[in-house]
Amino acid sequence: MRPFAVILSTVAVCAACAADPVAPDAVPARSSFDPALIAKGAQLAAIGNCQACHTAEGGRSFAGGRPIETPFGTFYGTNITPDPDTGIGRWSEQAFVRALREGVDRDGRHLYPAFPYEYYTRLTDEDIHALYAYIATREPVRAQNRPHELRAPFNLRGLLGTWKALYFERGAFRPDAVRDAQWNRGAYLVNGLGHCGACHTPRGVLGAEKKDQAFSGGVAEGWHGPALNTRSPAPVPWTAEQLFKYLRTGLDDTHAIAAGPMEPVVRNLARAPEEDVRAMAAYLEALAGPPSAERRKKADVALAQAKAASRANGRGAEVYAGTCAACHDRGREAGSGGALPLALGTAMTIPTSSNLLRITLEGIAPPEGEPGRSMPGFADALTDGQVKDLAGYIRSEFGRAAAWTDVDEELKKIREERR
Amino acid sequence: MISLDVNGKTQELDADPATPLLYVLRDHLQLNGAKFGCGLGQCGACTVLVDGRAVFSCVTPISTLAGRRITTLEGLGTPEKPGRVQRAFIAEQAAQCGYCIPGMIMQAQALLERTPHPTGAEIRKHMSGNLCRCGTHMRILRAVERAARET
Amino acid sequence: MNRRRFIARSGALVVSFSFLSRLAGAQAGKLPGSLNNEPMLDAWIRVGADDRITVFTGKAELGQGIKTALIQVAAEELMVEPSRIELVTADTARTPDEQYTAGSQSMQESGTAILHAAAQARAVLAELAAKRLGVPAEQLTIRDGAMNRVAYGELVAGEVLHVRAQPQSPLRDPAARTVMGKPLARVDIPAKLTGQPIYVQDLRLPGMVHARVLRPPSYGARLRALDSSAAAGMPGVLKVVRDGSFVALAAEHEYQAVTAARALANGAQWDEQAKLPDSKQIHELLRTLPSQDTVIHDNGKSGTGAAMIEAEYRRPYQMHASIGPSCAVALYRDEALTVWTHSQGVYPLRGALAEMTGMPAERVRCIHMEGAGCYGHNAADDAAADAALVARALPGRPVRVQWMREDEHGWEPFGPAMLSKARGRVSADGTVEDFQYEVWSNTHSTRPGPAGYLAAAWLVEKPFAPPPPRAIPQPTGGGDRNAIPLYKFANSRVVHHFVTEMPLRVSALRALGAYMNIFSIESFMDELAAAARADPVEFRLRHLQDPRAQAVVRTAAERFGWQAWKKQPGRGRGFGFARYKNLAAYTAVACEVEVDRDSGRVRVGRVVAANDSGDIVNPDGIVNQIEGGIVQSASWTLHEAVAFDRARITSRDWGGYPILRFPDLPQSIEVHLLNRPGQPFLGTGEAAQGPTAAALANAFADATGTRLRELPFTAARVRQALGA
Repeated sequence: MRPFAVILSTVAVCAACAADPVAPDAVPARSSFDPALIAKGAQLAAIGNCQACHTAEGGRSFAGGRPIETPFGTFYGTNITPDPDTGIGRWSEQAFVRALREGVDRDGRHLYPAFPYEYYTRLTDEDIHALYAYIATREPVRAQNRPHELRAPFNLRGLLGTWKALYFERGAFRPDAVRDAQWNRGAYLVNGLGHCGACHTPRGVLGAEKKDQAFSGGVAEGWHGPALNTRSPAPVPWTAEQLFKYLRTGLDDTHAIAAGPMEPVVRNLARAPEEDVRAMAAYLEALAGPPSAERRKKADVALAQAKAASRANGRGAEVYAGTCAACHDRGREAGSGGALPLALGTAMTIPTSSNLLRITLEGIAPPEGEPGRSMPGFADALTDGQVKDLAGYIRSEFGRAAAWTDVDEELKKIREERR
Repeated sequence: MISLDVNGKTQELDADPATPLLYVLRDHLQLNGAKFGCGLGQCGACTVLVDGRAVFSCVTPISTLAGRRITTLEGLGTPEKPGRVQRAFIAEQAAQCGYCIPGMIMQAQALLERTPHPTGAEIRKHMSGNLCRCGTHMRILRAVERAARET
Repeated sequence: MNRRRFIARSGALVVSFSFLSRLAGAQAGKLPGSLNNEPMLDAWIRVGADDRITVFTGKAELGQGIKTALIQVAAEELMVEPSRIELVTADTARTPDEQYTAGSQSMQESGTAILHAAAQARAVLAELAAKRLGVPAEQLTIRDGAMNRVAYGELVAGEVLHVRAQPQSPLRDPAARTVMGKPLARVDIPAKLTGQPIYVQDLRLPGMVHARVLRPPSYGARLRALDSSAAAGMPGVLKVVRDGSFVALAAEHEYQAVTAARALANGAQWDEQAKLPDSKQIHELLRTLPSQDTVIHDNGKSGTGAAMIEAEYRRPYQMHASIGPSCAVALYRDEALTVWTHSQGVYPLRGALAEMTGMPAERVRCIHMEGAGCYGHNAADDAAADAALVARALPGRPVRVQWMREDEHGWEPFGPAMLSKARGRVSADGTVEDFQYEVWSNTHSTRPGPAGYLAAAWLVEKPFAPPPPRAIPQPTGGGDRNAIPLYKFANSRVVHHFVTEMPLRVSALRALGAYMNIFSIESFMDELAAAARADPVEFRLRHLQDPRAQAVVRTAAERFGWQAWKKQPGRGRGFGFARYKNLAAYTAVACEVEVDRDSGRVRVGRVVAANDSGDIVNPDGIVNQIEGGIVQSASWTLHEAVAFDRARITSRDWGGYPILRFPDLPQSIEVHLLNRPGQPFLGTGEAAQGPTAAALANAFADATGTRLRELPFTAARVRQALGA
């Protein structure tokens, strides 16, 4: 309860803790930027996945409006096109740098860490400079920002000063001299621009990263971000090559297909420089560490099971046999790619049923107009009882682990969201 | 034997429980409204209603349908007395080859039962899971809007 | 194709038919439309003593509304209510042979034949009535299928309509029309929307079995070994059929066939030999493969003079991707074969099946039943061939073959990849001084015809080889369809490079080469207009001499509001025009787009089209075809390309071959019709494909200042072209 006491005692002071405003100044004209710098900024923005949070579904790029659900309420991504009235068209580079480095907006107010400046603070000056060149030269779109809908007391922006005092570590990334260039590049990207910890690291009740549990698994918009470190629940350990393939294409045939919040991530990483994605993959492989003998044994079991037909036993098995097996068991011809044998999937082995339930109910769709794997959603085809039976069967048969305890709760959440 | 409630009638079916509803409707019950388009849940030509919700019958096994209310195109109306949505589609001449249209009608029916007066954007979004290859989309949208007006 | 006609005014029947001249059977001159191939009136029109009127056409309903339009034509000239007419479509046992329902020729061929046959039949009946009633034919009151209240059924006796058609017909005055050119709801829609068994996919015959055929994994694969024991033992399986590499099974119930087919596939081992080209190099390959090069147009002294603007355009393989995969039902009984099929050509298919099975053609009957939209030569004929082969192995039982989605995507003949190159120069006065155009393409037709074009025939123990491909000659053309612009240029030259080697299976896809050629030429027209600093619409009018062409261009531009349109950042407008085949319908399309540089998405705003299809029979039918063509062309242009690796086709489902969905639709589509009553019918079905692609391309260039010349305009391609 200590953090709360601190917060309450500083409420009155916090408004004054904000920084000085930076004078509004029109962004420079496109012609004043070196095209190579803009191109570099574009590649960095792909890794940072800026477009995903700052673009509404079906909306113009970077014009804001997308709801981001958090335990604190709903944030709405802001308009970061260089529109002078409704976007950042009057943000100088100084203001932009401060936002990424310090988490403070042009007028001196604290930014909510839903904008992941905790990670962007690690960017080098040159990279922020390139990002500014890119962002400042987008097509201006006139679109008013939608106010966030946050629960009290989180709607009191002034409290952020205290939160940052407690939890925010400023400063650029410092390379580890012991490691090679590729690892450092990967570490820089994963921990900085990629902000992977935002979804893959557990957080405390006030939304701060649990720094001693980096990459031990987290939550984002209802989905579970699996552990990427030595606690990885993947049935088969990932190699750097497989990670690269997954991050680049959204698909690795023996591991996973990108679903939920990972979909826009991989779509953007497809446009990032190849060597950068390889560096991230190399870093992540090292992060998970070499697999133990026990883990390798489990991997062999999973791979063997993936080749076998599933066993039918009980109500859940019956649902699986009629609904899933035609595509997910071996036997479905390639099509534009068969479906993942479930023995290999991480959604089955993570501690929560959230990912499996979301995929089952919502399906997986390629981006509009682009080719990719397609899975129908079963939200209306299956009753709650059938979903629970199915989840239980899949967990035991393919996850080879003890039953999930959160199926009822997660299912209820998803049904509520769809209403 | 599996017992199904199809368009208000109980049907006894001697079929493998894993059989998708689509094949049972067409092959066993001669209800041809739902069409085979892909068998993969990607095109919507097979759309029927289960408990009032639109469902792709090609990936829905009959084992999951005991005790649930299945409605097909034939349950919405007859050639002599077409239902509201069917009438709207006929009035708008919303068909070229017509193969996708039964699925569209069922999808529209599900929408209108929950949202009696949807906006144009809501209709486009709701129908997005159903494919039309002939390019009849504009008429389909107009037909759904027309059906919504006739409440 | 002149249609000579006489206007029958109320006071005089100008052409009179005497029994003598009919019996003589001699007539001078070509007969209108398909009457020229089938001149007997009662091949087209029959009136029974029971007063039933039956009209026969060799064309098929593909969803383009042809049944309704032909009924309107017949009803108009027979002067009866449309509901009185029963129309029988393509059936080798019952209807004339009109070859294929393709090329947008149904109205020109069948519509014209029925127009004249019905008018002449009416004249025959009028003569009979005149004789019977002692009243001059031109004074008869013709109403509700009766002449002076004597019903047509009462008038006919014996074979009065079994007479040859004449070159001239007493056609009704267009001004007096009550049915043609008037709205009439499509006769086929209500049944389709209430679940009636209309499609071949819905056909159920007593004793029918369900079959599935194993498609090989790639072109040219041979079956090395087959272990069918698992499949043969599965519930409901009646028979496993094998003939060389052709493998199929039949089962009582459809899902039994589906699951058994999976087991059968697992038990099959194939020797694959396909070596597909690198899909990224396909256009360079087209350029370098051996070709038959033909100068199809040569005007003036093209190629001399100063430097030219030059541009190349590319089109990938694209799919028909019918929403309902192909299907057929076949019954082999008493050494005769009956096939229910959605093939576009029942007579040519009959010939191909006869050749494949070694049966005499008279013992084979092909009956058209509707399928899903085919948009050309898809797998319909192949499904028919499959069904025929399995039916022969199960005599007496109707066999239904339903292709799966993966089968259709993997094996249908695609629209060929094409490469084109345009070069041109404008003179000081702002007109095109020289225009050169070349197009490289495979054939656009491998229709059966020959058994060697049926996929099943490649698999049997004694396979049929596909004959060498042939180009469809001008003026219709295949890959060179619409390669000759309608515009008048001072000097111009067009070359068709007919590439005979076909890396992928190809055939006719709606509009054939016209889609790509109009996209290319119209894109290039905008580039020339820019060089002349001219407005794109005005530039086109400068080079059009045909007043009907000018009229559609002006109408589309005016209705779009071309002059008043205001440019906004990220938005552009574009125009496209063509006369399909330079012979059929005229279509102009104007549209606006909005391009998002960062996502690469192209959003289509307003689309406004104008169309002149000659004498309009069913106005809404034309609007429907143009609207549909616009949406389909937008899908091809923005999204579609067949994907393949070095061995196989890899776009095998909708996920792998995305098409336009509701959220991607244009904001609005308007179609304005220019009706020309009394003029020949002009085919409409394919008229919008090319102009739409062109309008989108030109709008994109207007929006972004960058020209895209490679189809489709995927988000990735847009982003790469525009850069950061």
